Amino acid sequence: MEALIPYIAKPHPVTGVTNSKLGIWCFLASEVMLFGALFSSYIFLRTGSVDWPHGSQLLNVPLATLNTMILITSSVTMVMSWASLAMKSIPKYRLFMALTILLGLAFLVVKSFEYAHKFEHHIFPSTNTFYAIYFTLTGLHGLHVLIGVLVNLYFLFPGSALWKTNPDQLTGRVENSGLYWHFVDLVWIFLFPVLYLL
Amino acid sequence: MTELSHEEIKHHIKIYIGVFVALAFLTIVTVAVAGFHLPLVPAVTIALLIATIKGSLVATFFMHLGWEKKIIYWILVLTVIFFVVLLVLPAVSSA
Repeated sequence: MEALIPYIAKPHPVTGVTNSKLGIWCFLASEVMLFGALFSSYIFLRTGSVDWPHGSQLLNVPLATLNTMILITSSVTMVMSWASLAMKSIPKYRLFMALTILLGLAFLVVKSFEYAHKFEHHIFPSTNTFYAIYFTLTGLHGLHVLIGVLVNLYFLFPGSALWKTNPDQLTGRVENSGLYWHFVDLVWIFLFPVLYLL
Repeated sequence: MTELSHEEIKHHIKIYIGVFVALAFLTIVTVAVAGFHLPLVPAVTIALLIATIKGSLVATFFMHLGWEKKIIYWILVLTVIFFVVLLVLPAVSSA
């Protein structure tokens, strides 16, 4: 594998980072543009609208606050899973990675309650412009959480076998998975006040 | 991130816990401020200011941007420029 994609475990002498990390940052840059386009659409829709509802009157703020706390906690457990690998402790790595996955799933369960409540009241993306952008932004974000959970599940189970043959590469992979996870947390940090509180 | 010693990582872990406390506190502040139902402009300013502080904490410490290599900063500078253009576009088009 090292021959196919060089410098995936050790830093490249020119850039000072592994090619994997350079790759994940380029990917995150594209993600900034993806969410940026939707945030831009939100501003465009809101400023162009005659009447825009206050998020807290239509959405469940306590549930969203709970989800914010869940994601923040999962970011800590994610970075702790990387720190555990850097300190060569596989049992701690497994514990923190499992917690991160559980917290990610908890976020999705809470989100599904919110969605279910809206659907029960016949509120859909087609209801109005506010709900259209709400479902688009939170749906895309939720999809990112789901993908993060799946990637972390891979690193918790089959992916962790790499520890025996190339521990540096696994540590780097978990750090990169963490970068993605923290980015998803970062997006929510902005989504929460913009959609729910303003 | 370059290879770190056990002591350095233990120091980092203390920072992570501190950042978590700060993020949780700022989340409570955001919700509390929203409860005052301030006029739109100050409400948006305060909410986005707190969100930016929280985002910076996540990026600096959890994403290790506080001690990252130059090439990553250059990628992000380019990203920020295009991101700002995206956000300014609605203002320009509606002006």
